[in-house]
Amino acid sequence: MPETETLDEAKRIMQICNACRYCEGYCAVFPAMTKRLNFNDGDVTYLANLCHGCQGCYYACQYAPPHEFAVNVPKTFAKLRGETYRDYAWPGIFKKLFEGNGKWVALIVVALTVIVTGLTYAIQGVDVVSGVYKGEGSFYKVIPHDVIVYVASAPFLFAILAFFVGLMKFWKDIGAKPMDLLHPRALTKALKDAGQMKYMGGGGHGCNYPDDNYSMGRRVAHQFTMWGFLLCFAATSVATVYHYVFGWPAPYDYFSVPVVLGTLGGIGLLIGPPGLLMIKKKADPEPQDTKQHGMDIAFLWLLFLTGLTGLALLALRETSLMGLLLAVHLGIVLGMFVTFPYGKMVHAVYRLGALIRFAHENDVKK
Amino acid sequence: MYPTEFQLPLTAFLEPHDVLILGAGNAAMSAAITARKMGASVLMIESADKDLRGGNSRHVRNIRYSHNAATDYVTGAYEASEYMTDLMRVTDGNTNEELMRFMIEASEDCADWMIEQGIKFQPPLSGTLGLARTNAFFLGGGKAMMNSYFKTCEKLGIDIVFEAEVEDVEMEGSKFVAAQVRHKGELYRVEARTVVLASGGFEANIEWLKEGWGDIAENFLVRGSPMNTGKVLRSMLNNGAKSVGVPEQCHAVAIDGRAPQFDGGISTRVDCVIFSVVVNKNGDRFYDEGEDIWPKRYAIWGRLVAKQPDQVAYAVIDSKSMGLFMPTVYSPIQSDTLAGLAEQLGVDAPTMEKTIADYNAGVQPGDFNATEPDGCHTEGVEPKKSNWARKIDTPPYYGYPVKMGITFTYLGLEVNKRAQVFMNDDKPAQNIWAAGEIMAGNILGQGYAGGTGMAIGNVFGRIAGEEAARHARN
Repeated sequence: MPETETLDEAKRIMQICNACRYCEGYCAVFPAMTKRLNFNDGDVTYLANLCHGCQGCYYACQYAPPHEFAVNVPKTFAKLRGETYRDYAWPGIFKKLFEGNGKWVALIVVALTVIVTGLTYAIQGVDVVSGVYKGEGSFYKVIPHDVIVYVASAPFLFAILAFFVGLMKFWKDIGAKPMDLLHPRALTKALKDAGQMKYMGGGGHGCNYPDDNYSMGRRVAHQFTMWGFLLCFAATSVATVYHYVFGWPAPYDYFSVPVVLGTLGGIGLLIGPPGLLMIKKKADPEPQDTKQHGMDIAFLWLLFLTGLTGLALLALRETSLMGLLLAVHLGIVLGMFVTFPYGKMVHAVYRLGALIRFAHENDVKK
Repeated sequence: MYPTEFQLPLTAFLEPHDVLILGAGNAAMSAAITARKMGASVLMIESADKDLRGGNSRHVRNIRYSHNAATDYVTGAYEASEYMTDLMRVTDGNTNEELMRFMIEASEDCADWMIEQGIKFQPPLSGTLGLARTNAFFLGGGKAMMNSYFKTCEKLGIDIVFEAEVEDVEMEGSKFVAAQVRHKGELYRVEARTVVLASGGFEANIEWLKEGWGDIAENFLVRGSPMNTGKVLRSMLNNGAKSVGVPEQCHAVAIDGRAPQFDGGISTRVDCVIFSVVVNKNGDRFYDEGEDIWPKRYAIWGRLVAKQPDQVAYAVIDSKSMGLFMPTVYSPIQSDTLAGLAEQLGVDAPTMEKTIADYNAGVQPGDFNATEPDGCHTEGVEPKKSNWARKIDTPPYYGYPVKMGITFTYLGLEVNKRAQVFMNDDKPAQNIWAAGEIMAGNILGQGYAGGTGMAIGNVFGRIAGEEAARHARN
């Protein structure tokens, strides 16, 4: 559970909001709030993770500072989310990674990239790494296929496990039943809301930034980022099927399914994260928990570099730079997977959980 | 286009504008935008700073306007005739009927006009107060609406000076000459060709309220802006402008007695009265708590409480009623015994216990229904409780202190359909128009129907802006 002080502040604010309810048109948080008369620790943890940080309610708030009620929902909820990420981290020993997260993530990613690249050169020798290869299996002449698979899939599978454990702890604390998580209608609705980023919509007008101005910029940039990531993931999944099921080794043709998906995804990661970084830089710090910016920035850079090195590898795969780029890309992807459960990526897990809970409360329980 | 908010006031003040607008709420914005779009140069004088700008409009939630069909924002038609019937009923005919009809008919395009200015409405969602058909709700409420207005002003090149309070209005006969404006300690004389008075009422001026209410006004809470001290209104009356209404007429409701002196807004309301027994500090009941559904009786309780000792009363419920009404911003005071509750509330305990025992004895059997008058009543108890009467017998017991919260005042300036301000000789002033709360008393002699103030402000604001711009440019 997050810290008492943050939970208490969230409860104080929700009691004020629940007596006002002017913001019900912005997002899911306020309709979810009105279903409750009192707020316990789990309720505010749930509501905080349902909040997409659009900030509409802050600029609309007649009780925002300097009013003596000092209501600042986005900041309080951002802080609470940050504590959620830390406290539900598994194994618990890694909770510390959420203190100064940006530095940790940067350090881990850089270290892993250096190690992977260094080992590649050390084991294969400069001549092999700098060779020019064409046709089937050319990547694997630099790093053997099995090595790539083990190096990437081990931390990835571990991340999935860590996500799952964290989600189940969160799910229990917000007072939901385990099976609700898999309720087909709730799950479908939640995935749809997440896929569209509906609640970055601010009631159809977008988020508020850099001040009380409504803008779709943040939603668009986030869509590029999220869908870019998902397309890259899809590309890798398809390639895995190609390799194991059909026995077709990479690299694939420019117009093959994995390469098209990966290219589109990579482009998404070149556009989305810089957009979000720019928005973050320009935005008003008041409705935000600026202490988490390090975590956000590290994660956005990580996604951007994943896309950039992936596309560079694609473009230069038939040159002598392929070996170096492959090693660097693998290092960054490895860093991404290793830091997945201990960085900003976890927001997707708890946000989706909160959306499922919201859909369940609204559409199923009725 | 020139910069607005950060302009040195001296520059803004030195150059006489076509239209000077006193205030920066909904009515002022309606006037300013209309005048500016007609080509006039416009200067707005706002007494609040940027955080608290927009007068009482920052606390509003919706606008009641006439419409012939459902839209994305209202669930059905609200014809002018129905609007008229509603306002005639709440004001008890204490109105300028012709002006009321005119306002209602003109209100038809209010929502469309506001959308054009960038204001956003929300689809009907909760319909908390049963207004989803008659009123369109602003997305995020009044402050969000005001933010959109200010954005539009910036785009249009309307000058605004914040933290500038009008101390006096300078006139020659029935002609406006200049406003004396205090800004950050300095007094400026601001000339303009025309002026629109949209500076609100005087509900934050306790001394003035005392003229109508006597010393009990000391114990009133002000639900809205502390800036509404009525200086412009007072100055106009001193200059021979004709008044309308009386100082004690206002919209006031019962709100939580623990609310801040100013700016408590919507969240401080206490909606449990119909389910409760309301006692004064002596422990006695004084009015039928179950007379009608709450929104209809929302307004009278302010006045009822104001007439009790120390202008305070206490709504007492038991645990059966928890959850039947809107949650409150302050948690109720709670006890397992009525005597314990009375003690914590500061109410005479033996009397309150006896009052509630007598009430309980008078409660008749019936089918309780929280959502409509259910006929569950008392007998042999004075005053009677007509509906929702259930025994107060299931601890824990809860109590809410309630006080009168004043929303806005009705004493104002007499105007005609052109929003022209009248002088005491019954002739309109030459270059002075008024809109919003400062002239709402022309239509609202008493009583209130939620969202009407916004329509009055928008309709007369736009007319005032148009008239002033035309006058200034001729």
